[in-house]
Amino acid sequence: MSNMRSLTFDAIIIGGGGSGLRAALELAKSGKKTAVLSKVFPTRSHTVSAQGGITCAIASADPNDDWRWHMYDTVKGGDYIADQDAAEYMCSEGPKAVFELEHMGLPFSRFDNGRIYQRPFGGQSKDFGKGGQAARTCAAADRTGHALLHTLYQNNLKNNTTFLNEWYAVDLVKNANGDVVGCIAMCIETGELVHVKSKATVLATGGAGRIYASTTNALINTGDGIGMALRAGFPMQDMEMWQFHPTGIYGAGTLVTEGCRGEGGYLINKDGERFMERYAPNAKDLAGRDVVARSMVMEILEGRGCGEKGDHVFLKLDHLGEEVLGKRLPGIVELSKTFAHVDPAKEPIPVVPTCHYMMGGIPTNVHGQAIMQDEDGNDQIVNGLFACGEAACVSVHGANRLGGNSLLDLVVFGRAAGMYIESALNEGIEYLDATQSDIDAAMKRLNRWNESSGGESVPALKAELQEIMQSDFGVFRQEDNMQDGVKKLAELRERIANAHLGDKSNAFNTARVEALELDNLMEVAEATAISALERKESRGAHSRYDYPDRDDVNWLKHSLFFPATKTLGKRDVNFTPKTVDTFEPKVRTY
Amino acid sequence: MSMLQVSVYRYNPETDSAPYMQEFQVDTQGRDVMVLNVLAMIKEQDSSMAYRRSCREGVCGSDGMNMNGKNGLACITPLSEVVKGGKLTLRPLPGLPVIRDLVVDMALFYKQYERIQPYLQNDTPDPAIERLQSPEDRDKLDGLYECILCACCSTSCPSFWWNPDKFVGPAGLLQSYRFLADSRDTATSERLAELEDPFSVFRCRGIMNCVAVCPKGLNPTRAIGKIREMLLANAT
Repeated sequence: MSNMRSLTFDAIIIGGGGSGLRAALELAKSGKKTAVLSKVFPTRSHTVSAQGGITCAIASADPNDDWRWHMYDTVKGGDYIADQDAAEYMCSEGPKAVFELEHMGLPFSRFDNGRIYQRPFGGQSKDFGKGGQAARTCAAADRTGHALLHTLYQNNLKNNTTFLNEWYAVDLVKNANGDVVGCIAMCIETGELVHVKSKATVLATGGAGRIYASTTNALINTGDGIGMALRAGFPMQDMEMWQFHPTGIYGAGTLVTEGCRGEGGYLINKDGERFMERYAPNAKDLAGRDVVARSMVMEILEGRGCGEKGDHVFLKLDHLGEEVLGKRLPGIVELSKTFAHVDPAKEPIPVVPTCHYMMGGIPTNVHGQAIMQDEDGNDQIVNGLFACGEAACVSVHGANRLGGNSLLDLVVFGRAAGMYIESALNEGIEYLDATQSDIDAAMKRLNRWNESSGGESVPALKAELQEIMQSDFGVFRQEDNMQDGVKKLAELRERIANAHLGDKSNAFNTARVEALELDNLMEVAEATAISALERKESRGAHSRYDYPDRDDVNWLKHSLFFPATKTLGKRDVNFTPKTVDTFEPKVRTY
Repeated sequence: MSMLQVSVYRYNPETDSAPYMQEFQVDTQGRDVMVLNVLAMIKEQDSSMAYRRSCREGVCGSDGMNMNGKNGLACITPLSEVVKGGKLTLRPLPGLPVIRDLVVDMALFYKQYERIQPYLQNDTPDPAIERLQSPEDRDKLDGLYECILCACCSTSCPSFWWNPDKFVGPAGLLQSYRFLADSRDTATSERLAELEDPFSVFRCRGIMNCVAVCPKGLNPTRAIGKIREMLLANAT
């Protein structure tokens, strides 16, 4: 492979969703030689599917709104393992980032006074939980992600960002010192392999919901950045923390925004009872997503589920009227008709908790710099490697993300990573070049697939992986199931290592891309499974029958999964915000 | 058994001198699945089948293709909507070069999109908060900003087939009008000046194929009519 072409950039951003495009925009404006490398045309990235909005204290719905209240909600929502310095940064910088989006042209919905429309979302409060429900989620109808992603792409066009669209990053390239100095990438259209050399490599590859059989995530959400980082030996943080969104359409898995409940919709069981009143007397249907998802599963398990099999509940919207639905939730009306064969103006939508979001990921600081631990357990920056968006774990979401905080995370930390990389490049970055053997190491798994001559097929193995995760690592978890799941995953890993790529052609070979994605799903699934088994408590989205309580003595910590030993360590949570007092852990009720 | 007969356009530039149609039998077990699900079943039979897909819910615009003669998104098109006589024929979007199988080269389509400068232009300094916009002015963007760039419209348009390099096409013009209609955009006359030639807008013959196929229910023909009105008003 010594004849491989190389491309050289100051910064390469892998992933063209919200965080990648926001980072790229910052760097394109700075004049640094930057490229976005994305396996799909950027507006096909999963950010496009975000519906309800971007949560931020811009003080539009309530002129007295305060980012500190948003920060309190975020820390409480994360069940107190969100890093408070990061939550502080996101919530205080948020308004600037949202106004920037508006100035770029994002078509936000509006109030009569011309300001950005904000709707109530789950887990939102005024006055540190004492002032009742807030309305803090800025929305463009129920197509906020689409509007945001297209706006960012458009502004990257305006600023002449270089795009490598429909290119697939295979693996990171590390030099002899362990610094990340680029990646191996494949042009999907031609099959050409390229060595991308870069002083800063940003993983903005999004989530990995496709490790589960039922997910709201796009088919492309295969955790490519997580897989690459794990294969390069870097640790993953809080991988047991997966959010199950309360309202995925039953059977199809497609998302129905929390904004439906923000606009006044609510969940009912087979008796027509608004059951959330029992589980969360104050916030009701707008409690944290983990709380609502668990309550729904309890209703189903206790025989009050809807439908012939009693395996889902209903989301009632018809009382909102056609006008509100048409104005505020037009996309939901469309999706319900297509995927549930239901007109929400007339009938309730069948819904069930569905895998939605990965709170864990590559541990980073607020500048997007990836972090690992030295031998004494101290944080250590990984030279050359950055992460932002869902692939990163800053951590602002802790054990459970609040609705609308994902889009804010993307733009705030995409921007922060871009700004930091710009200043670091200005100061000068020099790393050792990669040697041929460093490059060969990053080519290993692709070569393995290309040389495979027999074995099991990719789609069947992927389906097995998704079933294991679905049955053993779902909303409620317990020791014996998880042990069994970890064992099955270990066997599956062996089989995937011997699986077969039947199509060896070069031009737009999607079978090869899917094979490479399967390796990444395997890495993410294993990190999730071992982290979930080892965190012996219930916190946020991680709910165990055998350890039903939160254990702040032992587990007020991030988990850190080490791929070399497949073991779980711990990392301190940050409790020292710079400008506000620490939010001390309290019992979490809604 | 309820086998669906599917005929698919195949072309691999490395091995095929010409495209051909390949027949597949797919067992849908009688369910009214989406065309995209059928493609996934075909790919399990033949892993070399190439097509694009991402969100699988009609918002990313990846899987535009021609299904029994009509352009649409495979992921939100149920079999009951397209299958005639137990048969489904799948072809790539018409009028664009084929890279492989159902994957077309969209470079010309994107070029026309980029040509209309698809970003807000405002020559006043940014305020400290958002620019204000009345709900009535914001309403003018409904039916415009929702475009997902799937290219179903432009590749169903004979004027675009003939002049893909000179006629902006329905998708690009819809976005052009999205910025012309935005009360926050101040580049109206510059935008119109770029469209004044006989091709960019005026190759539209108003046959409304674009409207008939748009999977998001948008109306590019109406937007083009509005641009024409603005151009004419500008000229007099």
